[in-house]
Amino acid sequence: MSSRQSAYYRGITMAPYDLIKEGLIAIAVVGVLVFGLAGVLSSPDVPPLTVQHVATTAPLTFLQTALGELDGTDSINNYGPPYNRGTGSVQSLGPVSLQRLAGVHIPINTAQDMVLGPLRDVARMEPSVAAALQIFGHASTTQQGAWEAAYGTALARARVQGTAVQLPAGGYGPVAPMLTGLLTLGRSGLLEPAIDNSPRIYSTDNTRSILFLQATALPAAAASSHLVGSQWGMMNETGNYPGQAWLWLYTLGYQIPAYASSPNADALVMASIAVLSLLLILVPWIPGLNRLPRLLGVYRLIWRDYYRERAALAPVPPAPQPLVIPGGRP
Amino acid sequence: MNLTTALRQRLRRDVVLDDMLPDELPAYVHSYVYLFGIATIASLVFVILSGIVLAAAGPTWWHVSSVGHFLNSVHFWSVQTFFFFLVLHLWTTFFQGAWRDGRGATWAVGMLCFLIGIGTAFTGYISQQNFDAQWIAEQGKDAMNAIGIGAFFNVLDFGQMYGFHIVILPVIVSALVGLHLLLVRRLGVVRPYPTQAEEVNP
Repeated sequence: MSSRQSAYYRGITMAPYDLIKEGLIAIAVVGVLVFGLAGVLSSPDVPPLTVQHVATTAPLTFLQTALGELDGTDSINNYGPPYNRGTGSVQSLGPVSLQRLAGVHIPINTAQDMVLGPLRDVARMEPSVAAALQIFGHASTTQQGAWEAAYGTALARARVQGTAVQLPAGGYGPVAPMLTGLLTLGRSGLLEPAIDNSPRIYSTDNTRSILFLQATALPAAAASSHLVGSQWGMMNETGNYPGQAWLWLYTLGYQIPAYASSPNADALVMASIAVLSLLLILVPWIPGLNRLPRLLGVYRLIWRDYYRERAALAPVPPAPQPLVIPGGRP
Repeated sequence: MNLTTALRQRLRRDVVLDDMLPDELPAYVHSYVYLFGIATIASLVFVILSGIVLAAAGPTWWHVSSVGHFLNSVHFWSVQTFFFFLVLHLWTTFFQGAWRDGRGATWAVGMLCFLIGIGTAFTGYISQQNFDAQWIAEQGKDAMNAIGIGAFFNVLDFGQMYGFHIVILPVIVSALVGLHLLLVRRLGVVRPYPTQAEEVNP
């Protein structure tokens, strides 16, 4: 032991210790624990929600989502940075918006990226889609909006017969064959790569396809698994497995009504967590907080044997001498 | 004095083998409370070993192989035990006021291990390529975007998150854990709070 540590521990009872042995025993015990838990309880692996699944099992949800991406009513279209210059989801802390300061780094145009771009791929093989795209592309913005609105009205009264979607008659022009083409692409399982990959061959970035699903299908699936924000959100795991319990404080922020109802909820929660984390790191140097353990007194329980030994070793104060009164009784 | 000479002298002064691997420690260290730290590191050993195998086999292997799924389960549960023991270690060292007598840096580095460990686990959850990954990424994006991080740390980008999870963050956590251990061994564990009598007559 160095002279520095010898000086620090002066007066403390020392005992033999083998750190390597302790480490090996810890590894053995924890190894048995984690292999046992893995063998008995396994781990969750619910397959991802795919566009193919949504297009096949819930075609009306798929078409509603696709229409939202095309006509720009989906929230991502007006989200703001880092996707675009919208304002719908821009948050700030007081007068400062770090989100806006960071700027647009992942540019997303929902109509082009999620509908028209993939449809151009379909158009190479499907003449009806090619013709519809051409008509749509040459129409005025007003005309496009009118077709989209008419399609939305018809979709609200649409029925699914087998695999076919039956729309009531309406003035939706080329939008119906376009979105039917997109539905076919979705059912084939090729829409995600069309959304994510273009124009790259190798892609490990699922940003756009997850944003496509987040419009309706993903939140609905999460709600049925009790995973939405009001149900302690991402802290939970599918099934009965422990999730990220260490995120409890972060998730707690979203349960506080003043935060949850604020348009800046995420920014407020993140800022609060940042401040609390900084406080926790700086505890040793914060007057008052650094003396809290002394006041709480839990250390007496942790070191009870030490204090018991200390009390036993303490010099016994001399017993009081009997008072002797001359001539009196002892 | 040049930098390398200063570094050599500093290491010679601060990294004393007798402190790193002592033959004796204060008797009060013989307590279950002092096992939480080593149990955290033992869990980290299994997190890293299982993670290496999973990374070597590729991110899709564990979805299609029973052996891979078992290894993923080992990874999953060792992460759970890592945080379980780490939080116990954090609370017990807090109640001990373990930052006293010049140990503030040890506490601060330990807290950084905890916080960056949370980030490492978070990127792991969103690298799973399953429903949990999709949903956690979708939920997490708004928080990241709201404070301007999302532009550079895109939780919906599997490739970026996987890189953070298997290389960048584990390297940082491992380095911080190493530094934390070095600081713990260099100064030794903190003494118990003095008794009332000791405070009067130190």
